Amino acid sequence: MNKPDIAAETKPWRQDGVKPFVRISNVTKKFGDLAAVNDVSLDIFKGELFCLLGGSGCGKSTLLRMLAGFETPTSGKIEIDGQDMASVAANQRPTNMMFQSYALFPHMSVEKNVIYGLLREGVAKAEANDRVADMLRLVKLDGFAKRKPHQLSGGQQQRVALARSLIKQPKLLLLDEPLGALDKKLREETQFELIKIQEDLGVTFIVVTHDQEEAMTLSTRIGVMDAGKIEQVGEPRQIYETPNSKYVADFIGSVNVFDASVEIAAPDMMRVQSAIGPILTEPMAGLTANQTVHIAVRPERIHLSRDPAKAVNSMQGVVQEVAYLGNISVFHVLLDGGRMVKVSAANSLHDDNPITWDETVYVSWNAAASTVLTR
Amino acid sequence: MRLRFLPIAAFLGFVFLYGPILSLVIFSFNESKLVTVWGGFSTKWYVELFQNQQIMNAAWLSLKIAAISASVATVLGTMISMVLTRFGRVRGRAIMTGMITAPLVMPEVITGLSLLLLFVTMERLFGWPAGRGVTTILIAHITFSMAFVAVVVQSRLSDMDNAIEEAALDLGASPLRVFFDITLPMIAPALIAGWLLAFTLSLDDLVIASFVSGPGSSTLPIVIFSKVRLGVSPDINALASLIILVVSLGIITAAILMRKGARK
Repeated sequence: MNKPDIAAETKPWRQDGVKPFVRISNVTKKFGDLAAVNDVSLDIFKGELFCLLGGSGCGKSTLLRMLAGFETPTSGKIEIDGQDMASVAANQRPTNMMFQSYALFPHMSVEKNVIYGLLREGVAKAEANDRVADMLRLVKLDGFAKRKPHQLSGGQQQRVALARSLIKQPKLLLLDEPLGALDKKLREETQFELIKIQEDLGVTFIVVTHDQEEAMTLSTRIGVMDAGKIEQVGEPRQIYETPNSKYVADFIGSVNVFDASVEIAAPDMMRVQSAIGPILTEPMAGLTANQTVHIAVRPERIHLSRDPAKAVNSMQGVVQEVAYLGNISVFHVLLDGGRMVKVSAANSLHDDNPITWDETVYVSWNAAASTVLTR
Repeated sequence: MRLRFLPIAAFLGFVFLYGPILSLVIFSFNESKLVTVWGGFSTKWYVELFQNQQIMNAAWLSLKIAAISASVATVLGTMISMVLTRFGRVRGRAIMTGMITAPLVMPEVITGLSLLLLFVTMERLFGWPAGRGVTTILIAHITFSMAFVAVVVQSRLSDMDNAIEEAALDLGASPLRVFFDITLPMIAPALIAGWLLAFTLSLDDLVIASFVSGPGSSTLPIVIFSKVRLGVSPDINALASLIILVVSLGIITAAILMRKGARK
């Protein structure tokens, strides 16, 4: 098997001197006085499946539309494969886009939808027909060629849109909330199909999504956006384990954030004061006493027990809520200081006496379990 | 109680709407020369109608004017609605949209009078249009019916997902191709509806036409109106019945076409 190099394995962003495939430099897009995208710089490498993640109105779709050529940057530069895109019209760009609404041509059959791009490129009819047949096989839609879009289910329409955007073998595929309209089960199946297709074809994908779970599943790297700016770029694990701001920590997964001020910042230990009392954390360079910080602790990093625990941070509280989610249970524990803490614990098969409502419990975590955020 | 009342109300409503039209059609087959007295079944008024050269000429002229003005109004109205829906962030867009719909509610007398004044002034300044006639009626009909077309097409265009056109552009089609491959087929039902609306408006118009028509350019409504002033003759009933037939056929065709388009 001669598979193309997969960025997920080679991780070009970790190496020095690798030329990025897409280079976005200081791009700003203003609508009136409002900057939808504000001075964004971003390098994306060949073969990556890059996710732009953020809430609605954070500028992620605008950034995608500038890559496709539907919007012109107010300032800044976009290069794709070394070529400046400023003077290249949308219909001349080496990119294709899959739209959130799929945007299938309603008056054309599946086949006609998919072949449209090839015919515009001037590919001979016979060859184009073969390529469409191959593509429809790839997205498991052979047999649906003559159907009209409205005769297909949501999942099938989604695959037509994907086939149509892949048929020209673009160097860069832009996907705007590609799985947004699918139900949860179909979405999970399709996520893995999408990764497989991306790896087989070696196309670079940039995916816009507001769904953090989707971003975690799909991407080689994630760029978290907020208010027109990129907050953090990193591999899913980095983003989850070491978020660089309160916003990112809060956006990706569930988290407990305590506002605190630094009490002792020594090279070998650090202690902060917060509303729930002193918290011990891993030392972090560059902090001074009395500086305001946020301590983020993931619910699954917190241990819940009936007896006092030995961990450095241990507090007593009362269970207010228990949500059983199958594989895990989520507990809301009201600490003595009046602060609510989320704790999640894996459910074991033979637990005859699980912790339940109104029990007095201890929540505890080690110094390494928390992350110190300065903004 | 409510269920029994509703069909009756519906029946009365339809009688109110279509009773006069139905009686007109029935009386067009009246043998008697008196319009209000039934004298037995006959098609002689239809025969007479087709032999009436004046009415035939006026009908032919009206159909020609309606077809031409509807076609031009459809093109111009579509262009207007494209501009209003596609160049979204233009300054003063709300005012322009409002100004497009203003002719819809403008009293016809005012439209007719202002057009007449315009034509007279233009003739004095550049010698065109020379006198009043078919050209001036055409211009007048295009002017007011294109507003109707613009409104019909605009509502269709603003319902349309912009992403569909962007997708075609993204796949390498030129903007012109996008218009002919994607936009036009998708708004076709609205274009047909707009054309038919403009056609019937033109065919129907008496007030504006009487301001801007000249000698030798009497449209059908003008001829009918002047004949009726001398008393209603039964051949007018026959003519009206034929117009109803043509208009209903047109509307039914349009409805079928539009339903087909919607199903696609």
